[in-house]
Amino acid sequence: MKYITLFIIIFVLWLLMTYNLETPNLIVGAVVALITSLVFGKGFLQDSKKFFQPQRYFWIIVYLFIFIWECIKANFDVAYRVLSPSMPIKPGIVKVKTTLKTDIGKTFLANSITMTPGTITVDIIDDEFYVHWIYVSSKDPKEYTNKILGRFEKYLKRIFE
Amino acid sequence: MIINLLLYVLIGLSFCCFFRVVFGPSIADRMVAIDIFGILVVGICGLLVLITGRLFLIDIAIAWIILSFIGTITLAKYLTGEKLDE
Amino acid sequence: MSDTISLIFIIIGVVFDLFGCIGLIRLPDVYNRLQSATKSVTLGTCSILFGLFIKYGFSAIGMKALIAIPLLFFASTVAAHALIRGSYKFGIKLWDKTVIDDYKDVQK
Repeated sequence: MKYITLFIIIFVLWLLMTYNLETPNLIVGAVVALITSLVFGKGFLQDSKKFFQPQRYFWIIVYLFIFIWECIKANFDVAYRVLSPSMPIKPGIVKVKTTLKTDIGKTFLANSITMTPGTITVDIIDDEFYVHWIYVSSKDPKEYTNKILGRFEKYLKRIFE
Repeated sequence: MIINLLLYVLIGLSFCCFFRVVFGPSIADRMVAIDIFGILVVGICGLLVLITGRLFLIDIAIAWIILSFIGTITLAKYLTGEKLDE
Repeated sequence: MSDTISLIFIIIGVVFDLFGCIGLIRLPDVYNRLQSATKSVTLGTCSILFGLFIKYGFSAIGMKALIAIPLLFFASTVAAHALIRGSYKFGIKLWDKTVIDDYKDVQK
């Protein structure tokens, strides 16, 4: 099952990259996708049934818009901190707990944290994220967990779990 | 031409990265600068596609992304002091 | 029309790159530099590639530019994560005015 999913993903990617639909191109793409999925299929996602549930794609689109908005906010935040003469930074490494279970969900959450305003993931140990924060605004664990993770966690739970 | 001007800006930014590579106080600063330089080169390739009209440069950009990623991961592994196959 | 929109995206991208490199020069320690540089430069370059996609539309080169965006995004975030973890394990000190450091406890 997971071999077939990986094969479909690689084949679609090949078609998008080469962007022509002639027969030799299709054959070469199919052979390359077959070899790649046979070699690397073992380490792919465990339950690939999730790829065929359409409501997840809807949440991916919603998540994408939220994420792009956060990215743009992050950049203006960085520009403000870099350009202002007094440099308002107060860095620190904080520990936050997540409720996500799957590995891929944690990966996406870590990448999202890296791209949002003022935070970057240092390490993941089980379900604890160590996050470097450029402006530590509160020392209460509940408050900063909500501030760092709250925007993404509920959408990621709908997409990956 | 405004795109040529933007290209000169990006090349100037690459020299900012070289400033960090040469004068960085620690080894990690140099690696960060090399990583950022790799991403800037992708932007330069994108602008060169617009200026020269040669379409293969976007392939070079994609290849550069992957090579820069592998190089940075290797250097970071070297920093942690772990073996490369852990 | 599409030329103008793509030019606007490219100008925005170059301006974000500029902010990122100013941060690389100006901020005090490696962790803060990585913060500013990886966010701004990644989004700036993604914006340049998106401008390229708008200019060429749904052709071979436009699709390649569009595929390069998520690739660049994942590559740069994972590289930043590896670099910051590596520089912590290497023993580079945090900045003097750092407020809190929870990660110290899990190092053996």
